[in-house]
Amino acid sequence: MAKDPVAKDRAPSKVAAARPGGPATPAQLIQFYRDMLLIRRFEERAGQLYGMGLIGGFCHLYIGQEAVVVGLQSCAQPGDSILTSYRDHGHMLACGMDPKGVMAELTGRAGGYSRGKGGSMHMFSREKGFYGGHGIVAAQVPIGTGLAFAHKYKKDGGMSFTYFGDGAVNQGQVYESFNMAGLWQLPALYVIENNMYGMGTSVERASASPDLWKRGEPYKLKCMSVDGMDVQAVRAAGLEAAAHIRAGNGPVLLEAKTYRYRGHSMSDPAKYRTKEELQKMRTEHDPIDHLRAVLLEAKALDEEAFKAIDKEIKDVVIAAADFAQKSPEPDPAELWTDILVA
Amino acid sequence: MTVQILMPALSPTMTEGKLAKWLVKEGDVISSGKVLAEIETDKATMELEAVDEGVLGKILVPAGTEKVQVNRPIAVLLAEGEKVSATNGAQSPAAPAPAVASPPVSKPAAPSPAPAPPAAAAPADEPQYSTWKTQSVREALRDAMAEEMRRDPSVFLMGEEVGEYQGAYKISQGLLDEFSHDRVIDTPITEHGFAGLGVGAAFGGLRPIVEFMTFNFAMQAIDHIINSAAKTLYMSGGQMGCPIVFRGPNGAAARVGAQHSQCYASWYSHIPGLKVVAPWSAGDAKGLLKAAIRDPNPVIFLENEILYGQSFPVPDTADFVVPIGQAKVERQGKDVTLVAFSIMVGKALKAAEKLAMDGIDAEVINLRSLRPLDTATIVASLRKTGRIVTCEEGWAYAGIGAEIAAKVMEEAFDYLDAPITRVTGKDVPMPYAANLEAMALPQVADIVAAAKAVCYR
Repeated sequence: MAKDPVAKDRAPSKVAAARPGGPATPAQLIQFYRDMLLIRRFEERAGQLYGMGLIGGFCHLYIGQEAVVVGLQSCAQPGDSILTSYRDHGHMLACGMDPKGVMAELTGRAGGYSRGKGGSMHMFSREKGFYGGHGIVAAQVPIGTGLAFAHKYKKDGGMSFTYFGDGAVNQGQVYESFNMAGLWQLPALYVIENNMYGMGTSVERASASPDLWKRGEPYKLKCMSVDGMDVQAVRAAGLEAAAHIRAGNGPVLLEAKTYRYRGHSMSDPAKYRTKEELQKMRTEHDPIDHLRAVLLEAKALDEEAFKAIDKEIKDVVIAAADFAQKSPEPDPAELWTDILVA
Repeated sequence: MTVQILMPALSPTMTEGKLAKWLVKEGDVISSGKVLAEIETDKATMELEAVDEGVLGKILVPAGTEKVQVNRPIAVLLAEGEKVSATNGAQSPAAPAPAVASPPVSKPAAPSPAPAPPAAAAPADEPQYSTWKTQSVREALRDAMAEEMRRDPSVFLMGEEVGEYQGAYKISQGLLDEFSHDRVIDTPITEHGFAGLGVGAAFGGLRPIVEFMTFNFAMQAIDHIINSAAKTLYMSGGQMGCPIVFRGPNGAAARVGAQHSQCYASWYSHIPGLKVVAPWSAGDAKGLLKAAIRDPNPVIFLENEILYGQSFPVPDTADFVVPIGQAKVERQGKDVTLVAFSIMVGKALKAAEKLAMDGIDAEVINLRSLRPLDTATIVASLRKTGRIVTCEEGWAYAGIGAEIAAKVMEEAFDYLDAPITRVTGKDVPMPYAANLEAMALPQVADIVAAAKAVCYR
């Protein structure tokens, strides 16, 4: 891949050179298992609270896609910027945000990350490097490009991780972003989470060319594709991508092929796909079951240990749901705050 | 046959230019297409090519002459064998042949605003500055950006043609030389993309100045301006400030048709989470742009192409900042209040002069900021005059004048001695034809008529 002249005077990142590039250690794999399970249980509970009327509006669950964000965020470093679409609960948890604060935002309470003013689709944590939570399809792509621009401008060694779905790839602003990122060799990782359906429209019915990962080629992006149901494969691809970016070689586009088990949002009965298709993915490709089998096979964990983890995660999620119901609604005065910085 | 070569209009708003250099001399044989001279407009240096053939008989305007009016004869072309006569001068009534292939430029019937008369002293409502200099709005905008970029390394400028081209309207002239490609960023033509990129950079701790070549093109980017820049602070519970300036020319230029002539003041002023300013004078431009760049919020900075070349006195100090949210009384009066912003301030001041001849003493308010709106200054004036005429280029429907009328009704209804009257652009897309364009735009005479009506005169 041809290097842009701008990239030549960028010294290779010392951080990139120092980071371990090998496969995940058993301890890391156990952590991936915990992280994925937390997202799964959190989302199941969110679905339950939605059914109880405690969560309103739009609520998009990440169940089935857990390996993508967990594998890739294991490649992130402090100071990096992460952002995604409205299907964002899993990303926040993977960034280390507090499940209580996320769940309380879903219920619209004062204890939520946005103090109840953002909701499911609009949460942020500067502390954890999470820049949203964006409700307009593909709007996060130029914003993530801008965060990458800021990393380069400040020469802070950071990079941006911008996640978006297969539905977003046909928005023009994605290619406006790719062009600028390629032109200016920005430290940006673009991740297409291809869960096969943009709302109810399959990739085949929406995209003239279904090889979404190739769409960065005209813009000098390194283009990659990975099985998004396999957390180890995702991590390996993420490490390769991050090393490329941190070395100053320019942006990367990574397509992770994945699947969402639930509908697009809570109100979607998902009639556009067959029960058999869903069942096949759940039984043969579930990322959590798959990793569980790997850990059992490697004797890294036994059944007792899995039970202990299950209980621990369940307790965290129950505590989050409890907090989200007990946290008060925002003070009426909050209606008028945070409109402008004073 | 003798042909006059005329000073060409090289842009829609050009009324005069500098004849920088002659590339031919008297006696030269001129063929069609030959480059005759270099003309400097306020935007660029352009080459003047010959249309007709002949011998260059006489140069009427020497190289280096500034402020040569469009359509003034600058040279005489002779047919072979012909001799230059003493009367072949600048005042020759002979039918002029345009030097360039463009159609003859007839100035739009709209009065082209002349440079405002320099103020004799600092306005009473501003701090007194000891030293002043005369600057064009264009220079004032450039200086504001340069000063703020020197002051804060996180400030950078991005947009189409801002760097190597030196700005489509020459606003960023010299900035690339001083601040390098790291901070003066030429973007592709990709408004939606670079507006969103700017928002991300602001979230990431920088202070972008995003230039739109004109605000007409910002419609491609309006999702990021409103959904991403204006709303995220609220949606994040106060975590995600977005210190960014979106700036560029707004409103009608001259003879550029409906897609390039629209005032977006009311669009952006509608949005909580944005600040919206619209300078008139060079002082407004400089002081407000510095305030906008320092502001921790997204600011929409609405310039006006026709004002770029106009000159005004500006306080000669880097400390000069005009606070956002404060209107300025440009002219004191007791009979009627004319409320205007941007280019309409100049028209309102002209209207006030005409009204004075009829014994009507008009007060003129230059709003400067549209959001927040300085309602207090408007109401204070109304309490004195009892009458308000609002002046804007944009459409009346849901416009700035409509908002002012509502605000005044809510806060000072009892002080009104006559209905508030709006002078606005006509409710039509902007026509191209010179006469229709002039009819579509609010003129000085419209303001005079409205002021007389509310004074029952």
